[in-house]
Amino acid sequence: MKFDTPATRNPIDQLKVVGKATDRIEGPLKTSGQAPYAYEQHEAVKHQAYGVMVGSTIAKGRIANIDLAEAKAAPGVLAIVTAANAGKLGKGKYNAAHLLAGPQVQHYHQAVALVVAETFEQARAAAQCVKVDYEATKGEFDLASVRDQGVEPKDEMPDVRHGDFAAAFAAAPVQFDQTYTTPDQSHAMMEPHSTLAAWQGDQLTLWTSNQMVAWSVGDIAATLGLPKEKVRLISPYIGGGFGGKLFIRADAILAALGARLAGRPVKVALTRPQVANNTTHRPATIQRIRMGATADGKLTAIAHEGWSGNLAEGKVELAAQPSQLLYAAENRLVSMRLAPLDLPEGNAMRAPGETPGLMVLEIAMDEMAEKLKLDPIQFRILNDTQVDPVKTERPFSQRHLIECLQTGAERFGWDKRNAQPGSRREGRWLIGMGVAAAIRNNLLVKSGARVRLERNGKITVETDMTDIGTGSYTIIAQTAAEMMGVGLEEVVVHLGDSSFPVSSGSGGQFGGNCSTAGVYAACVKLREAVAAKLGMSQGEAEFIDGHVRLGSKSLPLRNAAQDAALEAEDSIEFGDLAKQYQQSTFGAHFAEVAVDAATGEVRVRRMLAVCSAGRILNPKSARSQVIGAMTMGVGAALMEELAVDKRLGFFVNHDLAGYEVPVHADIPHQEVIFLDETDPVSSPMKAKGVGELGICGVSAAVANAIYNATGARVREYPVTLDKIMGALPEMV
Amino acid sequence: MNDHEPSTLSRRRFLILGVVTATAFAMPPFISLKAYAATLEQPPMAKVTIQVNGQSQTLEVDTRTTLLDALREHLHLTGSKKGCDHGQCGACTVIADGRRINSCLTLAVMQNGVEVTTIEGLGLPDNLHPMQAAFIRHDGYQCGYCTPGQICSAVAVLEEIHHGIPSHVSPSLTEPPRLSAAELQERMSGNICRCGAYSNIIEAISEVAEVPA
Repeated sequence: MKFDTPATRNPIDQLKVVGKATDRIEGPLKTSGQAPYAYEQHEAVKHQAYGVMVGSTIAKGRIANIDLAEAKAAPGVLAIVTAANAGKLGKGKYNAAHLLAGPQVQHYHQAVALVVAETFEQARAAAQCVKVDYEATKGEFDLASVRDQGVEPKDEMPDVRHGDFAAAFAAAPVQFDQTYTTPDQSHAMMEPHSTLAAWQGDQLTLWTSNQMVAWSVGDIAATLGLPKEKVRLISPYIGGGFGGKLFIRADAILAALGARLAGRPVKVALTRPQVANNTTHRPATIQRIRMGATADGKLTAIAHEGWSGNLAEGKVELAAQPSQLLYAAENRLVSMRLAPLDLPEGNAMRAPGETPGLMVLEIAMDEMAEKLKLDPIQFRILNDTQVDPVKTERPFSQRHLIECLQTGAERFGWDKRNAQPGSRREGRWLIGMGVAAAIRNNLLVKSGARVRLERNGKITVETDMTDIGTGSYTIIAQTAAEMMGVGLEEVVVHLGDSSFPVSSGSGGQFGGNCSTAGVYAACVKLREAVAAKLGMSQGEAEFIDGHVRLGSKSLPLRNAAQDAALEAEDSIEFGDLAKQYQQSTFGAHFAEVAVDAATGEVRVRRMLAVCSAGRILNPKSARSQVIGAMTMGVGAALMEELAVDKRLGFFVNHDLAGYEVPVHADIPHQEVIFLDETDPVSSPMKAKGVGELGICGVSAAVANAIYNATGARVREYPVTLDKIMGALPEMV
Repeated sequence: MNDHEPSTLSRRRFLILGVVTATAFAMPPFISLKAYAATLEQPPMAKVTIQVNGQSQTLEVDTRTTLLDALREHLHLTGSKKGCDHGQCGACTVIADGRRINSCLTLAVMQNGVEVTTIEGLGLPDNLHPMQAAFIRHDGYQCGYCTPGQICSAVAVLEEIHHGIPSHVSPSLTEPPRLSAAELQERMSGNICRCGAYSNIIEAISEVAEVPA
């Protein structure tokens, strides 16, 4: 199905199932431990052996020698994979570095070997016996020192130069110029990357933990030199991804190689301390924001320039991107520069670009508002735009940023905020409120599905879409139920198998809207087939309450499949509506913090998000997506930072004790409001995404609240207490 | 010889291994346990009997096998999750003799005779424990990987409060702790949820515990 004109009324608009707050259909499995993740596929194949990865202990250089004698002699060892016996390996389209080092080492903890043994304990012990001699060479590990070597990433984000920024900035009565930093961050999903691999002849099956099944089939085939048809990937449950499992990683390739060498199925899980350096992370940025405004607060000039680093084939972090669209200003400069670094690969993490970009831009807006003596909400409203600020003929399909800000202000009690920092105190606590705007673009990706009316009247949906905790199982079931006129319990959903039609996959908050639109398309075809079977093709049949109706005729849906199941398959393909309209989601985040006046300890007391994101397919799981993103935003604001050893080139705090993420005690009760809206330009579902919108701007709202509480304006994330201390009141 | 004694590994041998492990930390890295372990022809095995979800399970395990791996890899009870394998995340939380523990931080052979309750023992899809049902109602999970640990922890937390065990945020060490959101948040902080379902998890536990709002 081609989607190239805005949606009109369709069966989804009935909202009998879609749009209702619905418990996850896989909930009973997940809460009782019956949902099998990649490493838990005991029933899948017999005689599974265990693989443990050995990671490089240098960041850059080459392997001079690997001595495997002791490891090979260790009890239970079946095989050891190294570059010497792996055969010729290619590199996946989505990987910057090779997944198995040798002889070159490209980053710390890059895999150098996989030890396969009968048991996990044996593999782990033998992995300790692999002796690797390295010849280390000098690398670059400090973004600040290489930023001037940065080049324009012409393919990903060419510079935006509109009007004459320099002249307008110079002429502006009120000017602002500050530089900020955001640190490297780790996805730290709860399930480490894991894969079980099994060969049947030349056919490879991988049970793995992966967000993008079709991409990854391609990259496994490319890496191992196999035709894609020889690779099957199964990923029914994923223990968190956040962008860290968009791509195949070493566990998948090593499991496949280990299984081939050992002649047995092999399963591999990265150890927790390997995850941060072996896989990808959100790259650190340096960002400079300049703004020029009239005395009454109209922005005339805005420049957002950013720098990030990566391995040679890695990409830039698009941190300046939100400044392309968020605020009006006739004269603009938006640019990123990508500098060479030898740290592990930087790549997408929840709302790549927007997250670090808004962490910075939305502090700058707070600062500029103060400079202009304007309320920060008022300042943002004053500089709203209803069109793409550069291509002004291009409107937003929907843009309710102002409504988000105003609704939130009212609900949060913004009028009780005192603009004077440090002016509200409750005992030992300094109290402050902060706000930030959120924008995240609505990406559209082709997505397919197969639906089947079974002989027993049930509807089965199959698509390679994944559920990474986002609620895909449930919204897909809701979509099929609505389209076929049956109850949710009549729908069975199978996801995450490359033998199913290719979907959008889970990334960029596009999965919810696109994958359900793909199911919609397949259901439209199935409805046609059902109507034909029941002799109701001569008009628009209705599918209601398990029946198909046309005029006065009504037949049970299941009658259409009484002889044989009826099946239909289709994809949603998006036309150029995204060119005609800028499609984005918007939000406003509010935070109230209490800062200990003596120690600078920050406690987040209240949080509110107001989201404008098209139709909300399942308000229950959508809300969860947003509160989860808000939680990650608190982490980014207050604690998350991969500490770089700039001498040896690795992330030092590579486990969950060193890399701190929010825990229960850090997170208060959170409120989320969804504006009631639909966006017919987005898809037949009239939905957009929320999973990344939820993190956009959160950290700045917290940082701004800390400023309001204490007067400490911290421009280097995370906002830890050592950076606040100097602004705290004298104790005596 | 009683049932609690590991039978295939002599106590003396077990102690020797323990000494080697302990001293390995104090020695330069080139004289370590790994060299010693590699010289063993077969890994030291031991028999252990654990009451798992009300059933007596006798296993012959490598003495290095954690309780978590015994559950997951030997008994195929994969509801207990491995998120970090070293006591930082809580995904492996099970209830042992009534108290929650990180099952990755204890060896299977140390649990001889212990009654272990895993998530599977709390309830299965057709017979869910009230805490499991509350997690579903309040959407107290997303990816589901930390969820069994959160639920086991939550069930045990309510027992701890019931038995008067104080926490860091309890106003008094001698008065019985009160059921409150702050108590639950503090006690649940060993269970990380990177999806960030905390707000909903606390609501789910509060409902089961009938915490006043």
